[in-house]
Amino acid sequence: MSLKRKDLLSLAPLSAEEITLILETADSFKEVTGREIKKVPALRGRTVVNLFFEPSTRTRTSFELAAKRLSADVINFSPSASSVVKGETLLDTARNIEAMQADIIVLRHSSAGAAETLARGVKSSVINAGDGWHEHPTQALLDLYTIRERRLSFEGLRVAIVGDVSHSRVARSNIHALTKLGAEVRVVGPPTMIPMGVDKLGAKVFYNLDEALRGVQVIMMLRLQLERQGRALFPTIREYARLYGLTSDRVKLAEPGAIVMHPGPINRGVEIAPEVADSLSSVILDQVANGVAVRMGILYLMSGAN
Amino acid sequence: MPEISMKSSPQQHDRQQEKVVMESTDIARAMTRIAHEILERNKGVKDLALIGIRTGGVHLAHRLVRRIHDIEGVTVPIGELDITLYRDDLALRKEQPVLRKTSVPFDISGKIIVLVDDVLFTGRTIRAAMDGLIDLGRPAEIQLAVLVDRGHRQLPIKATYVGKNIPTSREEQVHVLLEESGEDDRVVILKS
Repeated sequence: MSLKRKDLLSLAPLSAEEITLILETADSFKEVTGREIKKVPALRGRTVVNLFFEPSTRTRTSFELAAKRLSADVINFSPSASSVVKGETLLDTARNIEAMQADIIVLRHSSAGAAETLARGVKSSVINAGDGWHEHPTQALLDLYTIRERRLSFEGLRVAIVGDVSHSRVARSNIHALTKLGAEVRVVGPPTMIPMGVDKLGAKVFYNLDEALRGVQVIMMLRLQLERQGRALFPTIREYARLYGLTSDRVKLAEPGAIVMHPGPINRGVEIAPEVADSLSSVILDQVANGVAVRMGILYLMSGAN
Repeated sequence: MPEISMKSSPQQHDRQQEKVVMESTDIARAMTRIAHEILERNKGVKDLALIGIRTGGVHLAHRLVRRIHDIEGVTVPIGELDITLYRDDLALRKEQPVLRKTSVPFDISGKIIVLVDDVLFTGRTIRAAMDGLIDLGRPAEIQLAVLVDRGHRQLPIKATYVGKNIPTSREEQVHVLLEESGEDDRVVILKS
């Protein structure tokens, strides 16, 4: 079994076997990240370009660290410091990067489908690090890895995804992957934040958090994008926190031993109470740590000769 | 790295085509002798540890640890090494090989490490294994035990302990089949 794909743009077309291969490969790299010398020579001589058109510290750093631990050369390309402000198109920027012999381009962009456009236009492998409201496949894969690490099996697993599902690429990637692996996915949030047709992706829709949490083993919180507050998706932050904020009392509604996840950055006291974020059931920092191992696995699998 | 692909042989072999060069009793005797040689050379088990190279080498390393225990009454530490990330042909391959996990649950620094593999061929696997080991620490010494040395080295590498030297042509394939992988213990040569 190997990953016969040039690009990783979305989890929707991946089979359960391909997802499992990525998670198992990440497992080998988790061992590497636990060593004193956290570096292997697997991608020596390869070049990975981080092309980030949206601000991101966590994801970019995680990809950079992953590439460096594989001995690849890494270049960080951000639009404010580039010719993009001079009017260059995405494809032209990417072709210039490709002309410098980049093997893998990691793209973060505010438009859905940007990664796909790029992948069609260049020979380099493209990894989607978040495109608009579409998908964020590597985040979902590290979420899956973290669930799996807690020895939870996906078959029959109950997962609640809570918050602004409509504007969440993390949620979309997770719904695709979790349902493929046999998990039951519940999405919860105010009706203004639940996209139409999400049930067709295999998710069950809830508008009441307490109901949705009953019996779940995984609670996946989404970041409330306060910068979108002007769009009047909910009346006030206080009301949102009261109805959809995760408190320790609400965690008790889930199955004993349930884990709490969040893709970060967290808004303490809004979608998640500080005592929950810092509790033993929180795996938020495990997610960050696992992100590097999972991205090493993806870079390794995508690095076959063209 | 032909050495690697030839060792992994999940499929059942057609016994008509194979020439058996070691029977299970031959393998057992060779393992017993190697265990004695390891102890003799290192004057016992002090600072001794075995590391098997995935996959065949791991099974053989476990057998050696059991034999050393039978002789000395001591269980020496054992680890498992996956050398995939250290291969010298990764940049040439279209699809990357499946990784297995390295698991060395002890500090190798200052230890006498006996690397264990089933077949010694080009020597490229052992080069990769030594690089992999040194990323884990600084052993006092690295020794190499193999069940079969089939010649055709492409690197200046020599085994410290050899079960059996088997002259082969480059085109032939040597398979070490072990009970641990659901086969009857034997070493065979396949003509191709």
